[in-house]
Amino acid sequence: MRELDRLRNVMRRDKVFDFVQEKRLPFSAGRHSVMPGELDISHGTILYVENISVSFDGFKALNDLTLYINDGELRCIIGPNGAGKTTMMDVITGKTRPDSGVAYFGQTMDLTRMSEYEIAHAGIGRKFQKPTIFPFHTIFENLELAMAADKQVWPTLFAKLNGEQRDRIDDVMEIIGLKDQRDHEATSLSHGQKQWLEIGMLLMQNPRLLLVDEPVAGMTHQEMDKTAELLKRLAGDHSVVVVEHDMDFVRSIAETVTVLHEGSVLAEGTMSEMQTDPRVKEVYLGE
Amino acid sequence: MQRLLSIKYIILVSLLFISGFVVASEPGNTVSSDAVHAEGVPENNFENTIPLFTGKGFKKKTAAVETLVTVDDARVLSILQAMLTNKLYYVKSDKQVVFLEKQQENIKVTDVISNEILDITEKSKLKKISVNNKLRKLLRGYIATLRVKSQDDKVRAAAVQQVIKNMNETSYALLISLLETEKNESIVKDAQAGIALWDLSSGDKQKKLAAISTLTNSLLPEVKNKLESLALPDADGNYLEADELVRAKAKSALVKINDRIAYYGVLENIVFGLSLGSVLLLIAIGLAITFGVMGVINMAHGELMMIGAYTAYVVQQIMPNYIGASIFVAMPLAFIVAGAFGVAIERLVIRFMYGRPLETLLATFGISLILQQLVRVIFGPTNQAVVTPAFMSGSLEINPVFAITYNRLYIFAFSIMVLIALVLILKKTRLGLQVRAVSQNRNIAKAMGIRSEWVDALTFGLGAGIAGLAGVALSQLTNVGPNLGQAYIIDSFMVVVFGGVGNLWGTLVAAMSLGVINKFLEPWAGAVMAKILVLIFIILFIQKRPRGLFPQKGRAAES
Amino acid sequence: MAHQSLVLTMMKNDKGGTTLLSILLALIIIIPGLNLFVATDSIFHVSTYTLTLLGKYLCFALLAIALDLVWGYCGILSLGHGAFFALGGYAMGMYLMRQIGDRGVYGNPELPDFMVFLNWSELPWYWQGFDMFWFAMLMVVLVPGLLAFVFGWLAFRSRVTGVYLSIMTQALTYALLLAFFRNEMGFGGNNGLTDFKDILGFNLQAGSTRAVIFIASAVALALGYLLSRYIVTSKLGRVVIAVRDSEDRARFIGYKVESFKLWVFVVSAILAGIAGALYVPQVGIINPGEFSPLNSIELVVWVAVGGRATLYGAALGAVAVNYGKTYFTAVLPELWLFALGALFIVVTVFMPKGLVGLWQQFRKKQAKTSTPETSPDSARDSSRATNSIQQGDD
Repeated sequence: MRELDRLRNVMRRDKVFDFVQEKRLPFSAGRHSVMPGELDISHGTILYVENISVSFDGFKALNDLTLYINDGELRCIIGPNGAGKTTMMDVITGKTRPDSGVAYFGQTMDLTRMSEYEIAHAGIGRKFQKPTIFPFHTIFENLELAMAADKQVWPTLFAKLNGEQRDRIDDVMEIIGLKDQRDHEATSLSHGQKQWLEIGMLLMQNPRLLLVDEPVAGMTHQEMDKTAELLKRLAGDHSVVVVEHDMDFVRSIAETVTVLHEGSVLAEGTMSEMQTDPRVKEVYLGE
Repeated sequence: MQRLLSIKYIILVSLLFISGFVVASEPGNTVSSDAVHAEGVPENNFENTIPLFTGKGFKKKTAAVETLVTVDDARVLSILQAMLTNKLYYVKSDKQVVFLEKQQENIKVTDVISNEILDITEKSKLKKISVNNKLRKLLRGYIATLRVKSQDDKVRAAAVQQVIKNMNETSYALLISLLETEKNESIVKDAQAGIALWDLSSGDKQKKLAAISTLTNSLLPEVKNKLESLALPDADGNYLEADELVRAKAKSALVKINDRIAYYGVLENIVFGLSLGSVLLLIAIGLAITFGVMGVINMAHGELMMIGAYTAYVVQQIMPNYIGASIFVAMPLAFIVAGAFGVAIERLVIRFMYGRPLETLLATFGISLILQQLVRVIFGPTNQAVVTPAFMSGSLEINPVFAITYNRLYIFAFSIMVLIALVLILKKTRLGLQVRAVSQNRNIAKAMGIRSEWVDALTFGLGAGIAGLAGVALSQLTNVGPNLGQAYIIDSFMVVVFGGVGNLWGTLVAAMSLGVINKFLEPWAGAVMAKILVLIFIILFIQKRPRGLFPQKGRAAES
Repeated sequence: MAHQSLVLTMMKNDKGGTTLLSILLALIIIIPGLNLFVATDSIFHVSTYTLTLLGKYLCFALLAIALDLVWGYCGILSLGHGAFFALGGYAMGMYLMRQIGDRGVYGNPELPDFMVFLNWSELPWYWQGFDMFWFAMLMVVLVPGLLAFVFGWLAFRSRVTGVYLSIMTQALTYALLLAFFRNEMGFGGNNGLTDFKDILGFNLQAGSTRAVIFIASAVALALGYLLSRYIVTSKLGRVVIAVRDSEDRARFIGYKVESFKLWVFVVSAILAGIAGALYVPQVGIINPGEFSPLNSIELVVWVAVGGRATLYGAALGAVAVNYGKTYFTAVLPELWLFALGALFIVVTVFMPKGLVGLWQQFRKKQAKTSTPETSPDSARDSSRATNSIQQGDD
């Protein structure tokens, strides 16, 4: 009887659009016929972060954080310094293991048990707060290395670029505006250009979920506008999570904004809602 | 945090306990022997017996010895001992009996009665009072008896233990008479053991059983041998002891004794391990400072230690007559000399390479080669011996199977003191505050107005100075040579890796546990294999804890 | 033909490497000829001593290239590479020992002299098979490779990096040093393996055998260089450099960093083992001293002197430092350690890019005065190698 009930449950849920449904725990969703390691977003939610706590030497960087990201969404996360934004990204990308809580990518992949490279393979890309690129590789090589490919040792040893791949690298170089610097070492780029290069590497990786930490720091206004445009274009095919301090930039791209404070979610909604929320005001303006 | 703190307290308390134990069991409870002699005893006194020794033939000499032992005089024992060791002579011209001592090329001649040094430089003027085997045996017996009756506790204790080795009727009687007056507990115990041992050879079953129960408390090797011969069959499967009850009792006594020996064996391993650990600790805390605070691996640390050891050697060469005092001069001097070398190294080489830890490692290795070679050129490639001062030599004997040498105890106490001093410097002084600030965030510390260059130089000097102190300590354990530093350096690296970088408590725990592990493995696997096993253990250990026992946590540690 | 073209494309833009290979080719042709076919009294005669010395340098050069692969390109400062060299050497030594047969002092056909001396009655299991050349050569590759694999797997998996890793590698070789000193290990203890007679039936003392081993060393060095060059110019090479410069980034774009490190570490250990195997028949002895931490760290200085992350620079450094060592220890023996110590300091403080870096600086200045434009390719190639010095430490 119970099996039947469960089956019925599943059937019923499948009849409606997922996003109308309330968000729910990934494991309560019943069984799915997906290959292990394959992303399952049958419920429209690509990232589940539930009750995550992380502490360093008594300091709670994340405190019972719960957050959901829908497939194709562009989400901005703001919050004062020390709110736990970067730690949250560390947990999602496997750099930091949480003390408690779960993080799921789609319905099936338990991020807290996967290593960084497995998470990257599964389809999560990350841009660091400080632009992190390979300084002594050329722009071209930086993108080549990031390109989605078989990244095991032996195939890498014998890897040769084909025409299609070259075109793709050229395309991305066009997008990030670094075509002229194709054979320059990345270390010679300006701060803003390095940011772009890192975003370019994300594009080469072609992930389902992009975590972008402070993408416009050190950029001019024109560059910012271009970045905003790019991120908006990416949303839809990809899910994008942006952590940013620059409120103008957030306003220009945000559909939904999540405010983090002291390691947990303080408020969530549209930008204008957030601007009028008394709690958010208090956090930002101080008591 | 809370747990860490409580671990610290446990360590601290146990250390206090151990050092208390060390202090309490200090020697010196020796009863000073104010010999009160009954003067004016009838015909034979010391002075008129001595001339008898110049008589010719062993018969006369035997008679002289037998007369002398009836004299109650503290000098008798030294005469007999000198005679046994061929140091008793008489002057050919006036038949004056003298002691002869060889001092390198010269001889020292002392009158046996007045104890005055005589002005005789040629051996040809003297005649040896020779002994034969029969006389030697006699002398040994009398010496033992006299020593058993000695006023000095130490002499008596040693004498009793000597006597027990060969029990016979006479020694049995000797021990029984000793027991009537003896007050010293451990001597009483040994004497009783000796008596019981003789009782075991008697035919009386009750006596034997009583003897066995007395012997259960003894740890003397003779007791163990004797009980083994009773309880266990010989090679042909026959028992020496016919009575089964005695055999069974002997067996159970043997089991108890073996248990206690095993217990002291473990205790000994722990103590030896802690002793090795304290050496490692002394070496490793200097390393931990430079590594933890400055992120610099100082491969020349071992050579700074060597410099400290050579300082101790040089100081001893300068003041050869004050060996005891020299060590107290050497310690501050070694700290200063090694510290100065440290500051020089920092100023001349290391400050050009902050943020490049691997290259610092190479450069300091180069420095270590130069220092080694420098010492070879100045002092020669051979090892030099540093004399151990009297108060550090000898050992503390707790029972026949367990003794600790004093130098190890001192070094243990010394290393703990250095650690405590260092913790106080880091926690309580302004320099300490600045060092901690720089180690946590160099840029912020600079912005706060701390002269980080100055702090770096001093920190390095401090680490080097402690290496110098470690060198002085090591000079008391081994010979001083150009390779002194190399011998311990890898072990102390292991301590730092095991304990966690920049954590003095971690260093303490790591040093002590590695020392103890080493000593426990040694009897089982051999010294070399023990070392190898420890290295393998650490390689496996950092699988689980890549940042050591007490890692630094948090965001700062990540980058 | 395809193979040749691969080599040609690889050597394009690699002037240093081309020079190295040309010199090797010249050595192969000239030196054995001058040794074997020129009369002893001629000034062009190369003595067997010199030939052997040069052969030794070639082995060291191969060892240096092996270390450069892990240190220069992957940022792993191994202070224990001497261990892989020595293990390769021991594997060869065991073969040579078995070849002695009953010509030893004790005349035991099966057991080497030192085992007879220790009253051993039969050959230990791990000595079995070493009488066959192919098996010994397999072990030359397998034993260092396997040790590197186990050690690297443990170390890289738990993300031991930087100075920690360096110290662990030093501990590794130290542990092996202690172990091989023990007689019970069955590798001749203190004295090691020596008194070799012949190899593959040829007398080891004969000039012609020496010449062949010299040629083998030169060929091994050339092949080792080509292999290493292929690796560092492949995409894998770029990944490895990426790991050195920014391990996290490499991880987050999906490379399993530990596998790449492990792969390079094992390849490097195998090259070092081969170098050791070629070294032993030339010097005629292998003993535990080869495991001493000093040897391994000296090797690091060869690479530093030549110039990290250049491969040919490592080879150059190995030959230069060892020539200095031969010269100094003959003329002013007590000065050698001073010189070596000073070399460590000078190289790290004043010329972190090594001899190759100095040469490039010199060329750059020349180029500035003569022609304003340098070929972008070669300029980039060299700057990558050298700039990285500051970065590779983390």
